[in-house]
Order: sequence, then structure tokens, then C-alpha cells
Amino acid sequence: MILGVIEYEQSTMTELSLQMVTFGRDLAEKSGDEFVGLIIGASDNAPLIGELGRYGVAKVITAAHENLKDYAPVAWANTISQVIDQTQAKMVMAPGSDQGNEVMAHLAARSDLPMATNCAAVSADDLSRITRLRWGSSLMEEAILTGDCKLITIAPFVVEAAEGASHAEPAEESFEPTLSDQDIQVRLIRKEPDETEGITLKNASVVVGGGRGVGSPEAYSVLEELAKLLGGAVGCSRVATNNGWRPHSDQVGLTGTRISPELYIACGISGAIQHLVGCKGAGKIMVINKDPEAAFFGKADYGVIGDLHEVLPAIIEELKAQGV
Amino acid sequence: MNILVCVKRVPDIGARIDLTEDRQAITTKNLGFCISPHEECAVEEAIQLVEKHGGQATVLTLGPADAEEQLRDCLARGIDRGILIETDQPEWDSRETATALAEVIRSEADKEPFDLILFGNESADSTGCQVGIRVAHHLNLPCVASVKKLQIGDGDATASREVDTGWEVFSLPMPALITVKEGINLPRYPSLRGTMKAKKKPVDRLSADKIGASLKMQQLVHPPEQKKEVDMLGEGSAAASRIVEVFKALEVI
Amino acid sequence: MSQFPKQAKVVIIGAGIVGNCVAGHLAERGWKNMVLIDKGPLPNPGGSTGHASNFIFPVDNGKPLTQLTMDSKRQYGELGVERICGGIEVARTEASVADTKRRIASSKCWGIDSQLLDVDGCVELFPWLNRDKIKGGFYTPSVSVVDSLRAGTIMREKAQDMGALSVFANTEVLDVDVEDGKIKGVKTDRGDIEAEYVIICCGVWSPRIGEMAGVQIPLAPVVHQMIDAGPIPQLAHVKGEIGYPIIRDMSVKMYERQTSGTMEVGSYAHRSILIDPDDIPSNEQAKLSPTELPFTSEDFEPQLEDALELMPELLDNDKVEIQYAINGLISLTPDGEPLIGETPEVKNLWVAAAIWIKEGPGAARMLAEWMTDGAPELDPNHVDIARFYPYAGTKKFVWDRATEGFPKLYDIVHPHEQYLDSRNIRLSPFHSRTKELGAVYFETAGWERPQWYESNKTLLEEYADRLVERTNEWDSRWWSPIIDAENIALRERVAMTDLSAFTIFDIVGPGALDVVQKVAVSQMDNKVGKACYTLLLNHKGGIRSDLIIARTGKDSFRVITGGGHGSVDKKWFSDHLPEDGTVQLHDQTSALGTVGVWGPSARDLLESVTDDDISNEDFPYATVKKFRIKDIPVWALRMSYVGEYGWELYTNAEHGPKLWDILWEAGQKYRVVPVGIGVYGTNARLEKSFRLFGNELDTEYNPVEAGMALPRVKAQDFIGKEAYLKARDEDPTTLLCTLTVDDHTDSKGEKRYMVGNFPVLTEDGESIVDAKGRPAYVASCGYGAVVGKYILMAYLPPEYAKAGNKLKVEYFCEHFPVTVDIVGAAPLYDPKHERLKG
Repeated sequence: MILGVIEYEQSTMTELSLQMVTFGRDLAEKSGDEFVGLIIGASDNAPLIGELGRYGVAKVITAAHENLKDYAPVAWANTISQVIDQTQAKMVMAPGSDQGNEVMAHLAARSDLPMATNCAAVSADDLSRITRLRWGSSLMEEAILTGDCKLITIAPFVVEAAEGASHAEPAEESFEPTLSDQDIQVRLIRKEPDETEGITLKNASVVVGGGRGVGSPEAYSVLEELAKLLGGAVGCSRVATNNGWRPHSDQVGLTGTRISPELYIACGISGAIQHLVGCKGAGKIMVINKDPEAAFFGKADYGVIGDLHEVLPAIIEELKAQGV
Repeated sequence: MNILVCVKRVPDIGARIDLTEDRQAITTKNLGFCISPHEECAVEEAIQLVEKHGGQATVLTLGPADAEEQLRDCLARGIDRGILIETDQPEWDSRETATALAEVIRSEADKEPFDLILFGNESADSTGCQVGIRVAHHLNLPCVASVKKLQIGDGDATASREVDTGWEVFSLPMPALITVKEGINLPRYPSLRGTMKAKKKPVDRLSADKIGASLKMQQLVHPPEQKKEVDMLGEGSAAASRIVEVFKALEVI
Repeated sequence: MSQFPKQAKVVIIGAGIVGNCVAGHLAERGWKNMVLIDKGPLPNPGGSTGHASNFIFPVDNGKPLTQLTMDSKRQYGELGVERICGGIEVARTEASVADTKRRIASSKCWGIDSQLLDVDGCVELFPWLNRDKIKGGFYTPSVSVVDSLRAGTIMREKAQDMGALSVFANTEVLDVDVEDGKIKGVKTDRGDIEAEYVIICCGVWSPRIGEMAGVQIPLAPVVHQMIDAGPIPQLAHVKGEIGYPIIRDMSVKMYERQTSGTMEVGSYAHRSILIDPDDIPSNEQAKLSPTELPFTSEDFEPQLEDALELMPELLDNDKVEIQYAINGLISLTPDGEPLIGETPEVKNLWVAAAIWIKEGPGAARMLAEWMTDGAPELDPNHVDIARFYPYAGTKKFVWDRATEGFPKLYDIVHPHEQYLDSRNIRLSPFHSRTKELGAVYFETAGWERPQWYESNKTLLEEYADRLVERTNEWDSRWWSPIIDAENIALRERVAMTDLSAFTIFDIVGPGALDVVQKVAVSQMDNKVGKACYTLLLNHKGGIRSDLIIARTGKDSFRVITGGGHGSVDKKWFSDHLPEDGTVQLHDQTSALGTVGVWGPSARDLLESVTDDDISNEDFPYATVKKFRIKDIPVWALRMSYVGEYGWELYTNAEHGPKLWDILWEAGQKYRVVPVGIGVYGTNARLEKSFRLFGNELDTEYNPVEAGMALPRVKAQDFIGKEAYLKARDEDPTTLLCTLTVDDHTDSKGEKRYMVGNFPVLTEDGESIVDAKGRPAYVASCGYGAVVGKYILMAYLPPEYAKAGNKLKVEYFCEHFPVTVDIVGAAPLYDPKHERLKG
């Protein structure tokens, strides 16, 4: 069997979790294995189980313990370890999120097993043959993952989350791990909402991003004005952060924020890999650049050749003329 | 505070990565080398903590002899001493790296225990996201990954990481191991003065045994090109009306 | 984007400062249907222009670079992209202070305002200099910073706006098509273009493009390291890019240039780091740009210390960080000068490469004028790509010279300084003999030429009372008193001089007379056996060469010219051969060895070894003749650049050592002396006021000004005739004069014997400039040991060009009195040429 560690937020599966489930379900189908979802420490399992059912997962293990009330990476890892022992799982996968990678790394460390993060493909014929993303997705590594139980995380956005062909009524099996207080030495003590209120990079439906072509911190005002008109947020490239033009929290990219707006408007950004990784989740991408050869045009849905300092004011004027 | 930062020498790549003929590595001819972005922040965090709390910081790496360049760079930024575990094999997997690092850290800590060990969340090249956590297990240290805010208290630390809805806050006793992400600070460049001072700072060279790879790289490949059909809306300000049409079609206004 | 063209008049490869400016200048001159391509994006395709420091110090010790720089500065100014900020070359050592003084003299030679500063003066202009580290400085108020990318863009867009140019970025040249030695077009990754002309302006990539066409472009990409340090609190207030003078710290080969709130620190002090053009990464592979390579910090460390020392207040601060650091690529040629002009190998394939920001627009104008009018306004002699012989195109040679040349970029380089590596590339047939005689070799065009002979040391004693001692180290560097002694011996006995470095070629075929008639000012339709010294002019009437043409047959002529300029002369003649192949050029340089036998005993010596009649009647001055010296056949020319009776004896290379031995043995009776080029090229020829091409003669002067106009103008047409006739009708604005130094003693009581170029001033110490704006400077100087005077040659405006006129020269910031001895061609020694003609 293949075990998928479900990541959730307030009883809803995260986007990356849905992608992981889609990946694992399809893999299991091809390899002739059973895909089992593992929900750890959820206060309310039902909505999650229902969601897994829609994604075609037939079996769910729910792990509960007093020490699992708050997220604690070691406790989570220990729990999975005990589930592996009990189920003899061939493979355990988690989403390639901060939490997923963290839990799996703890699991790998305590089991002294290898672990492959950011996987993009697993051979259904031989689960030890994996392909993982490196260098911020610009290279792939084909590798053999040893160990009795294969530990992997699934790279974000390598598959689109898709519900199962047939919905299942998952069989639920509860599991109570043996956990000590040592396992919760490090645990989540509280959650803090974003200090910035309203629209943020992460939740904006439109992001207006600016790169080297913006030229100065002051010149971002035109991006801000457009973002405001569109009810969106302003983002930037790593160059802009490194130049001190924008705070790191505005950075879209591999080492910044990964955004998923409906529309991303990239202005004066060349389209380095580092940046492209960060806007992979965008519904549509519009690129405005004065260099017609900018690499970003090759990744865009819409392109405009021109200086952002001319194009953006024209858009703003047009929007205002139309009463937006 | 006695702080240790672990870093990795990686090629400083451009927009295109070329592979060696045997596909076992990337071509580094005419590429510079650096440490990963997250690690730069780990180094910066160590320097800032020493500036604030006093003490000293050590930087440790496992890599080829040339990795001294990266250690010197860290020393130039303000780290006090360097340790290089010199290897001749091009790539050690995460498990091997962690084992070797842990052994050295253990013996260094015997001389003077570390209050805090910092890693970058992941390296730019292999993106394994696990060496720090594995080292924490070897040393039996509490650990939080992906940290973007860190506060050192009296014998404990508060570490926060960013999630879609805000921040997750963790508390952990010291000594501890933290892996940090870019954004925790804005790393400094080395100063001229720091660069000069770095020449005189000590760098110890050690060796370690390779336990054998368990994630066995077969070859590197380029991902398939994903070419999109781009709809060119025009040039310059003349494109504005079509752009607004697209806004309407996408229902963003 | 417009359709990629299939055909163009001109394809310009490379959109850096040079390619863009070439496009603009050609468009201005009426060229149409031009295409500019670059493999990188615009406006910064990733070449050296993109990372240039963009500052311009106009003063260089050499005239060609200074002129290109001055022209470029003027153009940058007109384009509105220049900001004058001034610049100081600070000196840390006494040697550096002395060189500062020499540079002041250079600046006056080329008409640039500059001042000597003491420490206070330096600190007043740049307050953060460490007073303890400097001894003074050299201030040039006109030093500026330019926006080279903007300048390139303006020039390019101007050509586009005129409808003369289409531009294709991100277009890589894959091959260059050549057919029958003529350019056909280029193949690119967007398609092929047929073209009548192709211009390579590819900076560090030029050799690679040249190779595609089978053309050698001798330059090496070398690393120049630079860092940006900041933010610097003291500079935070500076509005705009530059507010303080640029500092050049010559003693440690560095510069510091303020840019807004940061300091750029650049170095030429590190080891020579050369990069193969094939190893330069592409735009995609490179982290920053292809010519901004990863910084190698260990190479920069000593410079960091120097920088901290010079400006501790600004830089020695924990908050001042190294924000940017690169190993920037620049181009360096074997002689440090640019490469401009049509390639000798391929017709209509032009090059403008190894050009820095300070020379870019000037070099582009030169190329455009050259292509349009056949000759540029400024003299292209020192920058002509045709100056290099095939050996100089080998990678080994280029790299070795670039390796040795890089440290000289900011160093104090003596005007006679020799390269030490890549020597012994061309050896005369007499080399083994001259070596035995203790020759000290100087190199010209790869040839090892004896400059003087240590075996002549005994002459020092013999002529002790007629020699002058040079106590100053600079004046006597790359020099020996033996040269002066050889000069005397030549005029008293008989000398043997190895002249095998001459470039010799025969022009042969039915139309040979027409060819030589077309290029030479002098009448070429002479009797067979007649030799003629003649000037060659360019289309504007400027002097483009001087050489000897001997008529060896009805349809054959032999051309003999200096090795230094021979390659360019050969191209010039080749360019004027008829296309039908009826006249051919045969290079005889390597086939022949040449020894000059001159002096009062020359005829006696020669007569003792030959049975042939070589009397003055049978073998008069300015004729050639074949005869035998014992068992060796020779071809001899009765002429002399040293002004004595004698011959240049040419023999097949394989006979060389034997010929030398015969002459040497027979010469013992006449106390024969081996005489070096020190005498031939300087002392003796100055005593005769013979002009030297590249010094007194270049395309910026015409024969009238040079005092070389002939009594009559031949009826036949020749290149430059129209301008020559016009010049003869006009009053010259300047005249070549021979001057001598009246007193050598400087203010410290030391006698100075000048070397290099230095300005001629009025008796009051004022600069002298002719009506065309050309400052008066000494083009050649040396000691005439026989006339007992230090001889200078300089062009002077008519009001100063008067025999007996008292003037001054400035040398190391000291003034020395001089007298104008001769205006025009007459010499100080043997004015009637009696010894020469016999």
C-alpha cells in the first residue's frame, strides 16, 4: 500500500495535499497498490474523509492522540512510523510543503531511511525509481530510492488536483499511536494571522509584479495604483528585493512567495527560473516587457511589448475611462 | 551565544543550466560559486544574534577544498571561524552529509557546546529539505524547519514560519537547531574591512567517511519545454484597450 | 518585428558601443540598407559595453589613442551623455610622481589641459584621500563619465530613423560566407543574409567571428576586476551619478570612481587572467552577463588593502559592503592598440575591435570615414588591423603578449620598453653572427634587430671625449652610450647593419608600372635599375607611407619598406592591383637577408671582395644592380638612411651567414663596426633629418608640411594628387623643423636627454598650436654624436618655423631652451649629401 499524509487547514485539505492525493491515487492505480490517506490529529475528520472520497480514496486512517492536538513535527513523524509498522506500507508520501517536507524529514531521520523531496514522477513498475525536481525545478534528477519503505514528497504543481473518476465512501480506520511528551517538545503554540490585512500576495486574485525594469522603489507607485484598481496586490522579483526596492514579503519566487492568483501581470521581469517557480500557480500570466525576446513571453498567456512606464499608465487611464 | 551555521557550496547559475556529458553533474565552467539563498540568511541571522547577544559564530561546510571560498565569504560577513570537511566525491546525499556533519558537530561541541545550530531550509542545488533535521536527530536537538522569524529567549527560542493564512509559531528549548528561509532578514554583503579580516580568521580542515548513498542519483535531465501560445496584445500604450478587454474576459474587473 | 532580410548592403555584427556608432556614422554618410545584429538582447547585449565603468581619462602617452579618445569625448558630449567630473591620477611613489610629470607633458602634446597637484591640491578636490599615502597628483579637469549604452542607443536609433538600418537582437551569427577572398554574407540562426560589406564589432567575441571568415583578429579577452562598495555615508548627499573627480591610483594600478553613494574600485594589478572566446558563457548560461564573469576574490585581495589605505575614511567601515564584484572581460591586443580597418585577408570585411568606451565613437567614425572616403581624418596607422603579420594571429602569441601587456595597462611604460616574452619569432639570416658580436636586440614586427652591440664597448674609450653621459635613469633606460659611439664609428670607418627586417615585395606583370605609378607620388616611369624614395598618399593627400621602389625590369618593380609598417603597405599595394590578375605581388621578405654597408671605407671594403665594377660611375646613387661578392650573388641598392656612401646588400637568405662572414673578414682591414638600429633609426638619420614614418610622417600631415614636396608634380595620376596639388598652392599651416637643445640642465642641475614625445613651447613657455589645431610636439629625438647636438624634429606653425628661432621644450615639467636649426628637409650633417652621393 501507499500511504499519503494529508495536510489540512481548518478541516479542509490544502491545495498541495489535493495534488499529492491525485498523484498518489493515480500511481497506486497503475502499480496495483492501495492508496490510503492518513489524517493525523484532526479535530473533525469527517469533512476531510468526505473530500478524500471525492478524490477516489477508498481507505483512510485517522490517527488521534492527546499529543497530536497541536502540530508537532516529531509526534507526526512518530505516528507515521507506527502506521508504517502496522500497515507495512511500501511508500509514504506527503505534499512538498514546508510542513510535508518537515514531517517526512523527521520520519526519515528517525527511521534512518533515505527520503526524496520534490518528486515529479514515480515509476509504477518500480516504486524505487523516482524523478525529483532540483535547482528550483529547472533540472530533474532520476534516482533510485533505497529502503524498505520509500519516503517521498510531491513537488508543488507537477499535477493538477483532480477528483477521482468515481467517488468512494472511504473506509475509516482509526489509529492511536504511542506518543511521549518528548515527541511534543517542539510544537505549534499558536497561529498568528497575517499582519497585513485584506488583500495579500497569497490570497490576491490579481497580482501585479515588477522586476528590474521598474528601476527604482518610487516607480512601484504605478504598479500599486493598477493593483488597487484591480483589487490586487503588488509583487516583485528577487532583483527588486535584493536591490532593497521592495520587502522580501513581496517577492514572488522560489525563495519568496508562491502565488496563485487568477491573473498575474508581470512587468519588466525577465522570467528567471527562480521567479517562474513562484508564479506557476497563476491562472493566467500577462507579461509586459520592452524586450520582445524576454524569456517570460514564452511562459505567458498574454504578452505586451512595451515599457511598463508607458503601458501601465495607459491601462490605468483606460480603466478610469471605463469607470473602474 | 555559541552559534554554528552549516552551509553548502553551490554553483551560481544563470538562466540556463548545462549538463556534463555523462549527465551526472552540471557544467560549472565559468560559473561562480556561492551558498544558497536560505543559507545566506542563516549566516546573517547568526551574525545578528552574535551582534545582539555576544558570543561567537562558526561556519561549517562539507565539500571540496574550494569550498573554503564560501567559508571565507561567510567569515568576511562576520562569522568568526570556519570548518571545512573536505571531500573529494562530487555529491553526498542528504543522509551521508548529515551523518558526517553530526559527527564533527559532536566533537566540536565537546570543546564548547553550541547554543544554536542554523541551517538553510534547503540547498539551491539538491533541494533536499532534510539535512538540518537529520542532524538534529543525530544530536538529539529540538528542531523547527522553514523559519522566517526567530526570537531567542532565556533558554528557549520562539520560531515562526509562514503559512497561507499567516504564521505558525513554535516554541523550543535551547540548545536547538533551526532551518531558516529567505526573508528572515536581508543578508549583508561582506564589507571591505570584513574581507580583509577574514583572511586572518581560522579555517580548520577535517575529513569524514562517506557511509554510502541511499538516494542514488542516476542522471540529471532537463524538464520538457512547456511552450505556451502567447496572445500578443500589442505594443506600448496602444495595447491598453485590448488589455482591459482581457481583464473583462477574465472577470478580474 | 520586421521580416529578417535576405540581402543587405552592410551587415554590422555586434551592438555594443562600437557597432551602434558605426551604424550611426555610416548612416550619416549616406549608407543605406544596413542590418545590425547581435546575439544578445538590446539595449545591453551582454558585451563589455554593458559593464564598462564609462569614465574617460583623455590623456594617454600615445597619440593614436588620445586622438580617438578626444574625438569620442566630443561625440559623447554632442549626444548629451557626458558629465564632466575631472580626474586625478595620484602618485604614491617618487617614480609615480615623475611619471605624473611626464603625463603632463603628454597631455600638452595632445592639447589637453592638465595640472600638477600637490597633496593639498589632491585633498581639496577629493577630501577623503589619505594624505600620508600620496605625494601628489595629476589633475585633468576634462575627465568625464559617459552613458555608453545610451550613446549606442541614440546612434542606432538615428540610423533607424533615417531608414538606413534594421536591427535584429538575439540573432547569432553561425558562419561568415567568403568567396574568392571577398565577403558574401553571414549565416545566422534566423536565416542567411547576403551582404556586400560585413563589419565585425564583436568585442571579445571578434576572434571567433573572424575565424568563421578565415581572418585573424588578434585580441584576447582579459579580465579586469571591479567591485562596488557602499553605501558610503559621506557620499549619500551626491545627487546624480557623479559628483567627485575620479581617482586613479597609478602606483598600485587601481581606480576609484564614485557612483551615486557608492565607490567603484577597479584593478589592473591582479595577475593576467585570459579567457578563451569559446569559453565565454552565453547570455543564458551567465549569471550576470557573458562578460561579467564570477569574481575571483583571491586575486583582488591585495587591491582591497590598497583601496582601504588610500581612502580609509570612506571605505574602512563595516557598513560599506561589497555590493557587486565581477571579473569583467575586456579586449587586449598584442600591442595594446585597437584593431580597425579592412582585414587584409578578406575584401569588404571590416573590423573595429579591441576598443574601449573611451575610444568607441571615435573608432566608429574612423571606420565609417575609411569605408566611405577611402581614408579617415585621423591617422589610422597604429590601429590598422593590417599591421599584424600572420605570426601575430596565432593564439599563443596573442595570449602571451596580452598576458605580458595587461600589467602595463596602468603601469609606467617607457617609450622604448620591450616585450620580454614571445621573442625570437623572426630571426635574420645574420642572427647567429650578430649574436656572437653581442647584439642587444629590440623587436620590430617580430624581428629581432640589433639595437647596439656590446662588442663595441671598446669604442666608448676611443670616443670618450665626444660622448655625453646620461645620469638620469629614465633617459638612459633601454639605451646605451654604445649607440652614440657606433654613430661616430659609422661616419669614420665602415659599418655593417643588419636590415633584414625590411618588408620586400615585387610588383610584377604587364600593368606593374600603372600600379606603382598610381600609388607613388614620385615618377615611377624610370630607367630599369633606377631606385626611387617616394611618399605614398591617401585619398586626402595625407602621407600614408614612405618607401623605396626600384624598377627591376620593364614590368617589374621591387618595393622595400620598413618592417613595422610593411604589412599595411603590402595591403595597400594589393588593394590596387588590377582584378584580372595581370599584375601580381610577390612577397620576398623571407627570401632575402639585407645588410647595409656604409661609411667612408665602404667602397674600399666592397671592392676588396668583388670583381664587379661598383664605382660611383657604374653604380651611382639611387640605382640597383646585381653583382657578386666572392661566391655570393647579391642585389644591391645604392642608398642610405644614415647618409653615408654605401649599399644595402640583398642576398638569398641561405647565403646570409656566408655574406656576413666575407664582409666581416674583409672589413677587419677597414676596422669595420657592426652598427645597430639605434644609430640607423635614430642618431644617424636625425643627423640627416631623414623622416621616420609613424613619427614625423603620418596621414595628418601632407608632403608640403613635411618639407617633402617635390620640385615637379608628375603628369600621371596618383592617389592623393588633387589634395597634393591643392596643398602646394596653399600656405602650409605647419612645417617640419629640425631643432637642437641649447641647454640640457634642469633645475636640479641634472642634464636631461629627452626620450618620447613632449611639447614644444614658445620661449615664454606657452603652448604652440597650428591653425588646424595641431599642437607642436617633438616627434623624434636623439643625440647626433657627430654633430654633437641633441636633435629634435617637430612640426611648427610658420611663425615659429624660422631658423635661429628660440623656443622651449617641456620635459618632466621642466623647460629646456631649444633652437630651430632647419626648416624643411636639409640636414645638420653633410647638408649637400656629398658623402651620400659620392
